[in-house]
Amino acid sequence: MCVTCGCSDDAEGKITNLQTGEVNHHHDHHTHTHTLPDGTVITHTHHHDEAPQIHAKIHGTTISLEQDILAKNNLLAAQNRGWFKGRNILALNLMSSPGAGKTTLLTRTINDLKQQLPISVIEGDQETTNDAQKIKETGCKVVQINTGTGCHLDASMIERGVQQLNPPLNSVVMIENVGNLVCPALFDLGEQAKVVILSVTEGEDKPIKYPHIFRASEMMILTKVDLLPYVQFDVERCIEYAKQVNPHIQVFQVSAMTGEGLDNWYKWLTEKVAMSIPV
Amino acid sequence: MHELGITQNIVAIVTEHAKGMKVQKVVLEIGKLSAIMPDAIKFCFDICSKDTLLENSLLEIIEIPGLAKCHQCGTEIALDKPFGVCQCGSVQLDLITGEELKIKEIEIEEICV
Repeated sequence: MCVTCGCSDDAEGKITNLQTGEVNHHHDHHTHTHTLPDGTVITHTHHHDEAPQIHAKIHGTTISLEQDILAKNNLLAAQNRGWFKGRNILALNLMSSPGAGKTTLLTRTINDLKQQLPISVIEGDQETTNDAQKIKETGCKVVQINTGTGCHLDASMIERGVQQLNPPLNSVVMIENVGNLVCPALFDLGEQAKVVILSVTEGEDKPIKYPHIFRASEMMILTKVDLLPYVQFDVERCIEYAKQVNPHIQVFQVSAMTGEGLDNWYKWLTEKVAMSIPV
Repeated sequence: MHELGITQNIVAIVTEHAKGMKVQKVVLEIGKLSAIMPDAIKFCFDICSKDTLLENSLLEIIEIPGLAKCHQCGTEIALDKPFGVCQCGSVQLDLITGEELKIKEIEIEEICV
């Protein structure tokens, strides 16, 4: 059957050219001329059932898209940003490799600041609600997002997460991303700032090994500095690497266990809140 | 493995623009500083395009090299990673190209009448 007009192959009106051997259908739309992009002109005839295949070879239509592949995520992130802004909420995207100490830093921060700063948390992990349970023990609101096979949070997950979390007006939402130093850097969640957390039990060259995440972050928090006497980690070189990748990055050295250096982080956080939330 | 999610996005965007027509070719532009591996996209593309309008279509990836301009002295520098040091010693580099991640064009089958 002809895929163009639906008529039968055996329909009347078939014209056979005995000189060329061409068989033309009674509809003339099966013999026509194409001009290819290079200027070549092709006139051809084909049997009904060949139409799509022949046309596929001869003239696909090119559509110029020039479309950003992450456009949808970026649009949702922009909406999230507006949502946070409209409620005077400071949202931070905390990123690190697994085990750098994000959850320990968060629980300590929430406990130390709970009298002055309402903080709620969106937890991202592939599986389990273990971290969310730890955060819940501080008494703050927390929602766990399990990404399953996913290696990062994206803007649509945050959109759904904040609906569940329902954070209060004039507060802070900490988004603890999935432990991963690569993928989270690519996905805007609608946060005001990205914060990368690196522990001294990792290599000091992480900033140049995983440059995208350090480039995207406003701040690097170097954690577990209480372990410096026991590990080989050159702090100065690490900071040098971080500044090479991102000259504007701020660096804090902290220990969530001993409390060392946390005052700087709390001061930064409080000032950031003051900037986000008009008095 | 963010390439899997990215490839799913590509299939979704192209499907939307193909308006039911079979897709013959998809042309992407991927910057070399974008943290996206073209090989991983190609690997995922066959899987993600299965049973869609993109099945068996040709995937063409144009890789855009990294180029930055020194914020201090204005020199243009070729980059293969998203940071570097200018000959003047500055690390303040503004990226010009290399972060692209887009669908440049698609070719769809057309049945003419």
